[in-house]
Amino acid sequence: MNALDRAASPSRAASTDVIAVDHLSLTYGKKDTGVLALSDISFSIANGEFISIVGPSGCGKSTLLKILAGLLPPSEGVATLNGTPITGARRDIGVVFQTPVLFPWRTVLQNVLLPADVQKLDKEKMHKRAMDLVRLVGLEGFENRYPRELSGGMQQRVGIIRALIHDPAILLMDEPFGALDAMTRETMNVELQRIWMESGKTILFITHSTSEAVYLADRVIVMTARPGKIGDVFDVDLPRPRPLEVMNTEAFGAYVKRIRVALNADGGLD
Amino acid sequence: MGGAKHFTLRLLLIAAVLGVWETLVRISGVPEYILPPPSSIFRAMYVGIMSNVYPQHFMVTLTETLLGFMVGTALAFMLGTLVALSRRVEYFLYPFIVMFQSMPKVALAPLIVVWFGLGLTSKVINAALVAFFPLMVNTIAGLRSAEEDRINLMRSLAASRTQIFFMLQLPNALPYIFAGLEIAMIFALIGAIVAEFVGAERGLGMLIQSMNFNMDVAGQFSILLILSMLGLILNGMVAYARKRLVFWEVRNTGEETANSSQKGGSI
Ligand SMILES: Nc1ncnc2c1ncn2[C@@H]1O[C@H](COP(=O)(O)OP(=O)(O)OP(=O)(O)O)[C@@H](O)[C@H]1O
Ligand SMILES: [Mg+2]
Repeated sequence: MNALDRAASPSRAASTDVIAVDHLSLTYGKKDTGVLALSDISFSIANGEFISIVGPSGCGKSTLLKILAGLLPPSEGVATLNGTPITGARRDIGVVFQTPVLFPWRTVLQNVLLPADVQKLDKEKMHKRAMDLVRLVGLEGFENRYPRELSGGMQQRVGIIRALIHDPAILLMDEPFGALDAMTRETMNVELQRIWMESGKTILFITHSTSEAVYLADRVIVMTARPGKIGDVFDVDLPRPRPLEVMNTEAFGAYVKRIRVALNADGGLD
Repeated sequence: MGGAKHFTLRLLLIAAVLGVWETLVRISGVPEYILPPPSSIFRAMYVGIMSNVYPQHFMVTLTETLLGFMVGTALAFMLGTLVALSRRVEYFLYPFIVMFQSMPKVALAPLIVVWFGLGLTSKVINAALVAFFPLMVNTIAGLRSAEEDRINLMRSLAASRTQIFFMLQLPNALPYIFAGLEIAMIFALIGAIVAEFVGAERGLGMLIQSMNFNMDVAGQFSILLILSMLGLILNGMVAYARKRLVFWEVRNTGEETANSSQKGGSI
């Protein structure tokens, strides 16, 4: 109940919150001697919202994402999903990790289908969907190759579409495009925006790039380092769909500048 | 390396070594019961095979080795899996594992022959005992080697423990398991031979020992040759299966898995 609510846009306030994080703290190791990675974090994400989180390296972004994915229980506070506390993994959440995390014994297609296999979804339907996704990220012709035959950027794209295969309502993405070259990254940004607009998914997107954060997000949350806290929150009021050219506009530049200043004030910048 | 040229060079080198051996033995007049010339060894081999003596004993030792390998590795895989998946099982079994691991298992052979007799059973049990540890240790190490990120991915999909085991841990452990199987195969052969030394009516190990009494050194050499070829073939079979099943493994990671398999302890 602080800067976040002040920053809330009217449209967001009207819809319901999907994720609510309330006074969340996390310490790795013992309570007194361990590393305090997150300290008293509170924010919420509305249904269908696109949130970007930027922050210096080591400020606890991945930690926060793991808590929301149900992989790590918080030391204090709660995170809720549609009103119920997150205590374990949920099938309506898709996670893209910082590294591709592919299984070397599965082909590209089989890796993409992993969530469908785990959740025993309709094979035929999922196969068709997987092929569509493979085409979407330009990996056509590689579907029967093994991960070691792919470049780092191609592997990361497989990791991304794997998170989409079971069509989760919520996507948690941890610097998914960090390893991609600038060109592919822009294409992926456009694609992600399109997927988000068409599907109405709720997306939490962690990134190191301020311009990527502004381009994609409805709201940009700036985190501060050691211990990880929420700093400033920025609403991005740029019309959708945003073409790549929006990055050349003055309004866009102003957002990027303000976020950079906020990051610098917190003593971190990449 | 490789290629026809290198292969010819290899054969020439072997031929040269045999030639030098033959000449030295002949001109120095070393008696046959100390060091036989290669020609005597090949003659012994020829006679042994043609008289059907070698093939018979060969089949006995092969059967003992394969049965011991299967029994030992099957038990090792099951127990290794239990230990890897359950901290409680590990806690209670750990003292036994440590004790057996550092003990030379072949030292049990005399006891086993006393308990189970001169026939097939004691040989199979001894081979199984020796083959057991390398695979069990590697199974445990392999099942525990799954990266945290991969486990997190499976967990984030709400995968069950069974799914995590079959879709992640088991395939992830295969390189380790096969490294263990390759060692277990050779160990099983050693276990069978040692048990035959201690007391047996048939088998290549028994044959070596009776030749030793008769000072038939050429015969012993010919059987050593057969045993080394048998070891090569058995090992090759496991290596072939490994290549087919662990197709994703780049060969240079073999070093790492081979190292881990040395934790198998003593024979
Ligand atoms: N498993 C762990 N055990 C102990 N400390 C950890 C663990 N994981 C992370 N940390 C610590 O917690 C802090 C936050 O880590 P985290 O990975 O969440 O940062 P991040 O913001 O994602 O960084 P980056 O941008 O580099 O990915 C760091 O100081 C890190 O050292
Ligand atoms: Mg991170």
